[in-house]
Amino acid sequence: MEEMNHTYTAANYKSDQSVRWCPGCGDHAILNTLHKAMATVGVAPHMTAVISGIGCSSRLPYYMNTYGFHTIHGRGAAIATGFKVANPEMTVWQISGDGDGLAIGGNHFIHAVRRNIDINMLLFNNKIYGLTKGQYSPTSDRGFVSKSSPYGTTEDPFIPAELVFGARGNFFARSIDVELLTSQEVLVAAARHHGASVVEILQNCVIFNNGVHNFITDKEHRAERTIHLRHGEKMLFGKNNERGLVQDGFLLKAVTLGEDGYTIDDVLVHDAHCESNFLHQQLAMMDGHDLPLAVGVIRDVESPTYDAAVSAQVAEVKARKGFTSLRDMILAGETWEVK
Amino acid sequence: MKTDIIELEKVVVRFSGDSGDGMQLAGNMFTNVSAGLGCSVSTFPDYPAEIRAPQGSLSGVSGFQVSVGQGVHTPGDKCNVLIAMNPAALKQNIKFLAKGGVVIIDIDTFKADGLKKAQFDTEDAIKELGITAQVVEVPITSMTKAALADTGMDVKSVLKCRNILALGLVCWLFDRPLDAVKHLLKNKFAKKPAVYEANCKVLDAGYDYGHNIHASVSTYRIETENIRRGVYTDINGNTATAWGLIMASEKSGRPLFLGSYPITPATDILHELAKRKDLGVKAVQMEDEIAGVCSAIGASFAGNLAVTSTSGPGLALKSEGIGLAVIAELPLVVIDVMRGGPSTGLPTKTEQTDLMQALYGRNGESPVVVVAPASPTDCFTMAFEACRIAIEHMTPVILLSDAFIGNGSSAWRVPDADEYPEIHPRYVPDELREGWKPYQRDEETLVRYWAIPGTEGLTHRLGGLEKDARTGSISTDPVNHEKMVNLRREKIARIANDIPGLEVLCDAGADTLLLGWGGTYGHLRSAAEELCREGQPIAFAQLRYINPLPANTREVLGRYKRVIVAELNTGQLADYLQGKMPEVKIERINKIQGQPFMISEVKDAVRNILK
Repeated sequence: MEEMNHTYTAANYKSDQSVRWCPGCGDHAILNTLHKAMATVGVAPHMTAVISGIGCSSRLPYYMNTYGFHTIHGRGAAIATGFKVANPEMTVWQISGDGDGLAIGGNHFIHAVRRNIDINMLLFNNKIYGLTKGQYSPTSDRGFVSKSSPYGTTEDPFIPAELVFGARGNFFARSIDVELLTSQEVLVAAARHHGASVVEILQNCVIFNNGVHNFITDKEHRAERTIHLRHGEKMLFGKNNERGLVQDGFLLKAVTLGEDGYTIDDVLVHDAHCESNFLHQQLAMMDGHDLPLAVGVIRDVESPTYDAAVSAQVAEVKARKGFTSLRDMILAGETWEVK
Repeated sequence: MKTDIIELEKVVVRFSGDSGDGMQLAGNMFTNVSAGLGCSVSTFPDYPAEIRAPQGSLSGVSGFQVSVGQGVHTPGDKCNVLIAMNPAALKQNIKFLAKGGVVIIDIDTFKADGLKKAQFDTEDAIKELGITAQVVEVPITSMTKAALADTGMDVKSVLKCRNILALGLVCWLFDRPLDAVKHLLKNKFAKKPAVYEANCKVLDAGYDYGHNIHASVSTYRIETENIRRGVYTDINGNTATAWGLIMASEKSGRPLFLGSYPITPATDILHELAKRKDLGVKAVQMEDEIAGVCSAIGASFAGNLAVTSTSGPGLALKSEGIGLAVIAELPLVVIDVMRGGPSTGLPTKTEQTDLMQALYGRNGESPVVVVAPASPTDCFTMAFEACRIAIEHMTPVILLSDAFIGNGSSAWRVPDADEYPEIHPRYVPDELREGWKPYQRDEETLVRYWAIPGTEGLTHRLGGLEKDARTGSISTDPVNHEKMVNLRREKIARIANDIPGLEVLCDAGADTLLLGWGGTYGHLRSAAEELCREGQPIAFAQLRYINPLPANTREVLGRYKRVIVAELNTGQLADYLQGKMPEVKIERINKIQGQPFMISEVKDAVRNILK
């Protein structure tokens, strides 16, 4: 973990409101990590805005001592877009969940990613609607039983990363609520990336979907079932980093070093900055079964941001036309004088 | 031989042709030249519903009607001169010809093929339509070809100049100077000198043709009027709306942001503001209507003068967002250029059917300000007013324009720099900064203060959940909720103290008041003026502020035995007023045909009521 910026501490980003999530909810850990990540990045609280939609996770702005806006269901990305274009000096965080962000707000989500608006988009994925007390969401697995799918769902879920790549996203990272250091690391990276940064955090809903991510988070198997990707480092995982990812034709394969003739030299090095998202997409689609689920920054590629492009175009056209006022502009057009 | 010259106070000309024939351009040029001569003008472009229907077909006919002269408030009910560039245009537009009017047709198009496309059964279109008016048959197509024979232009480009030949003929008819037209052509085709030259040639050819046949048709001399001195430009309502917003941005010091999504007939506002990056405007085309309003709400929270523009179906989609701006008490201007509904309805036609939607179309008790411009040029003033009220009273304001005034144009005097007042954003006063809470209010106006993000010491959280009146934290307290509902309602009601009173025009002492709102102003006022002149005294008033109503509305309406509310819906304003003022006797004149009123039908309806 890098050096803290000493101007602000996590406490500077905490509001005085008591936190109302259920005891044991994964959101508590994410909130604390976010406070720390903000302190690390060091943008002043008054230069920070946290914008959310509706859902459990969307309560988060109330717990921030920044500018905050708890808006309406699904619209956080659109509101954050307007905010950032209007006031590009501000650092903008947008908080949403799998229902808010990918169901009712799916259109705004993909377009914010496509436009590459410079906001940090946190997606708390617990595969359930918690605030409305337990309905399946667009990320629930096929066959998932919930109050609104008593016989199991009959539809396939979104994989958030796949949606991000489909929308031509240039930053995607993943963490798990219980992995505090990883969360902090990816949140800081998201803040430092210029453009739409999507961070998926696998989060447990203790009441309505308890243990949804157990296959991944289970302590006994976590090292085997996850891989922490870091730019420039070998793709190694396992309790003692004894396993690695190698290329197998166009696909990836998990191998054990020293077995079947594989050595450390065969293991791929993670390049988060590679323009092509071909490998990033394969890494992001790993789910912990045949291949380990990837956490960390999977893709981090710089490209022009929407808000900066709008501001630059305004400045360029303004300078070129040289009008000082509306009247000035009108008088330069087709007019006549009545004397 | 001598040509008859007819002197007219005002004259109405209707250009009609295929949607590719350039009728809008010819009409606009005639308008601008007339306005430049000191006429007052009013125009109505009548677009076909289809984007490009088959050439020569009935559904592909495009029209442009303009009234020029003295005391012009509307584009006129019927036209004195109808130009029909093909048989379909004649068939669709002959109903707009006034008694004693003249029809000019391009006789070259009245051949078997064109007649068939326009679904004529016989070879004599004039006879088949039962036209008894004077028809001047002009070989517009062949003259255009002849005039441009030695230019080497291809046939398609040559035929594109037919509209200007027709314009030349109309200029002769109404004694308009060709130099002024050529000046406009030069600007229009600044980058295509060959096209400019060609158009000048056919313009002359059209004019000369008129001159040569002058024995067969009367010409007109139109009265000009003494209009206020100043610099003028031709402006349509949508452009005026866009410019009013820019003026408000200049006067408030808040940058202008538009979040929008294309929708007929409002898209021209987006087009204009997208061009106005040269004045620092940020106009963003979002992914849908909801994102349009939501991006504007985000921009408003961020400290911009934020606007979203749409038409009725889009307003429906934006309603949840507008509710958020109500509870967050953020300034927001929502422009609805109304069209025929419900659903997709009549997208290119005009109607006033969104009033109830604007007033009440949201969940919960969510009052907003509703204002309505009266004419194309009034769009400028009312867009400015919408912004002033939104910013100074921290509220969403809905501006109800419509397709008729949005597309219609008239001459507009460019306001002087100091003609519009400064707008004062209600920033958190220095003396209140210590311990400031987001829902603290000015006691007199009940307006909360605007803390612009980026300001140190004023970080705060807003949201769609009900807030405690004192602390601004989330509150589900029942008594607090009722208090907040009443505060929000009362805040809007008190805006009545900050808007002009209702004015009465025409014969204010009459015992009947004709009352209208929005884009019907010109027709209603003309009808009232004519009725008064014809011995039927009547007062006329126009509601430009609908919620809240001007403070004197009840008193003014109470003065009359009868109030006739005329509107292009089934009685939405009438119901609204009747609910508030059961003591007023309200009569109704309604029309829901996607078309503006005609002055004559309003007069007839008034006479009927007064019988």
